[in-house]
Amino acid sequence: MSESLSASLETPATAAAPKGLFRRLLKNPLGAASLGVLTLIVLTALLAPVLAPHDPDAASANDILASPSSNFLLGADGSGHDILSRLLYASRVSLAGAALALAVAAALGVTAGLVSGYYGRWFETASTWVTNLLMALPGVVALLAVRAAVGPSLWTTMAIFGVLLSPAFYRVVYTAVSGVRNELYVDAARVSGLRDPRIISRHILIVVRAPAIILAASIGSVAIAIQSGITFLGLGDPSVPTWGGMLNDAFANMYTAPLQLTWPSLAIGLTAISLTLLSNALRDELERSSRPKRRRGRRDAGTATVRHEPVLVHEDTEDTEDAPSGEILLDVQGLTVSYDQADGSAKTVVEDVSLTVRRGEVHGLIGESGSGKTQTAFAIMRLMPPGGQVAGSILFEGADLARLSAKEMTRLRGKKIAYIPQEPMSNIDPSFSIGSQLVEPMRVQLGLSKAEARDRALRLLARVGIPDPERTFNAYPHEVSGGMAQRVLIAGAVSCDPDLLIADEPTTALDVTVQAEVLDLLRDLQSDLNMGVILVTHNFGVVADLCDRVSVMRGGRIVETGAVQSIFDDPRHSYTQSLFEAILDDSRPRGPLETDVTAAASTQGASS
Amino acid sequence: MYRFIVRRLASGVVLIAILTTLTFFLLYLSGGDIARRIVGEGATEEAVQAKAHELGLDRSVWSQFTDWLSHAVSGDLGSSWFNGQPVSDAISSRLSVTLSLVIGATLLTAVLATVLGVVAATRGGWVDRVVQFLGVLGHAIPNFLIAIGLVSLLAVQWHWFDATGYTEFADSPSRWLSSITLPVLALVTGAVSSVAQQVRGAVIDALRQDYVRTLRSRGLSETRVIYRHVLRNAAGPALSYLGVQFVGLIGGAVIIEQIFAIPGLGQVAVGATSQGDIPLVMGLVMVTAVIVVVLNLLVDLAQGWLNPKVRHA
Repeated sequence: MSESLSASLETPATAAAPKGLFRRLLKNPLGAASLGVLTLIVLTALLAPVLAPHDPDAASANDILASPSSNFLLGADGSGHDILSRLLYASRVSLAGAALALAVAAALGVTAGLVSGYYGRWFETASTWVTNLLMALPGVVALLAVRAAVGPSLWTTMAIFGVLLSPAFYRVVYTAVSGVRNELYVDAARVSGLRDPRIISRHILIVVRAPAIILAASIGSVAIAIQSGITFLGLGDPSVPTWGGMLNDAFANMYTAPLQLTWPSLAIGLTAISLTLLSNALRDELERSSRPKRRRGRRDAGTATVRHEPVLVHEDTEDTEDAPSGEILLDVQGLTVSYDQADGSAKTVVEDVSLTVRRGEVHGLIGESGSGKTQTAFAIMRLMPPGGQVAGSILFEGADLARLSAKEMTRLRGKKIAYIPQEPMSNIDPSFSIGSQLVEPMRVQLGLSKAEARDRALRLLARVGIPDPERTFNAYPHEVSGGMAQRVLIAGAVSCDPDLLIADEPTTALDVTVQAEVLDLLRDLQSDLNMGVILVTHNFGVVADLCDRVSVMRGGRIVETGAVQSIFDDPRHSYTQSLFEAILDDSRPRGPLETDVTAAASTQGASS
Repeated sequence: MYRFIVRRLASGVVLIAILTTLTFFLLYLSGGDIARRIVGEGATEEAVQAKAHELGLDRSVWSQFTDWLSHAVSGDLGSSWFNGQPVSDAISSRLSVTLSLVIGATLLTAVLATVLGVVAATRGGWVDRVVQFLGVLGHAIPNFLIAIGLVSLLAVQWHWFDATGYTEFADSPSRWLSSITLPVLALVTGAVSSVAQQVRGAVIDALRQDYVRTLRSRGLSETRVIYRHVLRNAAGPALSYLGVQFVGLIGGAVIIEQIFAIPGLGQVAVGATSQGDIPLVMGLVMVTAVIVVVLNLLVDLAQGWLNPKVRHA
């Protein structure tokens, strides 16, 4: 039973990742190239005894620094060794040394990471301390100390270097394991009676496999580099040929035989680059498989499903005459917003939207999430996420915002068109004090002096109902509550006397009690400053409370628009009607059910 | 903030204490017959005994350690076994050279990586791809290979720079610049490419934040939004990474100094290591650890300055 259960709870997603990885890697040009180079280097190292034309240690005094010839294909070094033969044998030592360091690092780091990630507690604290300790010294300096202690043995040095590298593995494994420690399938395995070693090997190691492989390739590159560096410094065992040692010899003869620098440099460079590229290719392939086709851009509930249909327009009548009749401030005609996709196509999120806002008028945009209302708001300010394209016209004070340059738009924002966001806490820059974020736009847009701007900011904070403006002015965003932050954002939005205010669900993220206060504040400010307002919301209560006009959006289009009174009296579009029903459902008590129950009870009582 | 500094400082001191203790026992327990090495293979047994006694090597490791420690806390790190020069002198005369190399390289890295990272993050397109590709290459190629390439081409073949040697800034600023250019270039290539990747990532993350849109909606110019707000928020992660790079640059400098024959700590370190001059190696480890601890403290302070949440914690 527990067998089948644990099998069915096989780790998802990442389990499948390394399957077929090798084949995919070969299809990746960089992956295939780097694998090819590495295979070649490893093969030549393994076959060194067969391939090498000379004994790597046979020095001939006659051939010191000999130029390349048929006998010495790459020439001879400063002691008269054949460079090609020595290079081939050096590959064995250098690769084996790097492999030793890698193996030690992986064995220590993975084990420690697994244990402390899985068991946590004191082991975690201790490992973190050791990690910090090992990271406190530059690798080369630590290795020099090791060399001073243990002498010129390459293998001991590389093994200890492995210990120094192990924190890299530890951290990657620890992060991966502590991430899944409390996942359901691990709990399930525990409940089903699997023992810890079994769980670790079956369920946890799989999670660790991909990141550890990626890391191994890049650590291999580091190991080659550092090992070559140490031997280049002349601190290796002089009796063993290494790439770094050969580089040292060639460097000493740089003036007489500069070409000799090329061969060990190539060997070190190619190996290090190939390992790094391999690590990158591995990461790319693994990332691609773990997140297959992630959609960019925003959720769109049904852009494609809504058919082209005429907008239901409620003409103004005497009933709606109390709606403000000031000049037209904003006139949006045929607005379409689309996003460039990675595959070259464009995805339309707002289509053929037309609306007007008069001075002093509040125009509500209502619809479910993904209906395009926020995208419409962003488009009017030309603040869409990257890749956003606007078509149609957005006439504002005689200019078409859809065609203004970025600079001209910047001049309008804040001063003419202002914005209140939905989520207060994420919309204030956490690194700056609240006061400085209020002052900055006023100085830029209104040309106020520092003192004037500060004064105005304090008055604004008082105006939006903040009890101690001075204190809030000096506070940082993380020190105020969400309701407070939203008041600050409202103060910021109206700080430069805008004509048009765009409020994107300004109360959605707030507590219910605060919501009403913020709505009151918005209403007051709107009538005081005689602003035109676009109010994005999904709440008909807010529309009824604040708006003069409302446009109902669905699937990126406006389906019905008109004076609020008229739409509330006579919702014509089925979608508008269903939105109303949704409100009624929420507020209606469970009356019918209760009567059913009592009716049933009474019939029961009657029958008994 | 005050308590924060004290806490970090205390943990730094503990770290140095543990590290030096470990290094001491590693060096003194596995040193082999040190006295024999110093006096030479041909020396008599008496001479070896006398040397061992002179250096205190005939005492227990523990008593040697307490002795070293009591002197070390007062700044006396002992003397070289080979030429009798006080360790603190040997190090302090070379420290400024290495530090100027590493600090110069770090500052240059910070500037170049910020520019490249911001440009890659905000422009995108081919600029981004070029920066990313160079990033991978610069990261992969060991810096001593770059140094050797620079020396053999720019100095030996084309004679644009002095191949080796070092001129003090006080002696001749122009020669100092000429002598330090290639080493710094060799050091920064790798650091710039990896820090630029970090800056790029941090800037892209910061640009996605909601407050960036709100700041734009207030009429702040794109330059202002990016260089005042986005960069400030991206600086934290990038700065931590720059700190890690600084430690790596100290290690890189050891090798680079050999290539350019720069009389810095690296030369002392390599000499002391190959001779087995334990007091000097000990002193070098300790000085490096102190530099790293001080650096981490500076990074923490800078983080506090950048991020009010850290400051108020």
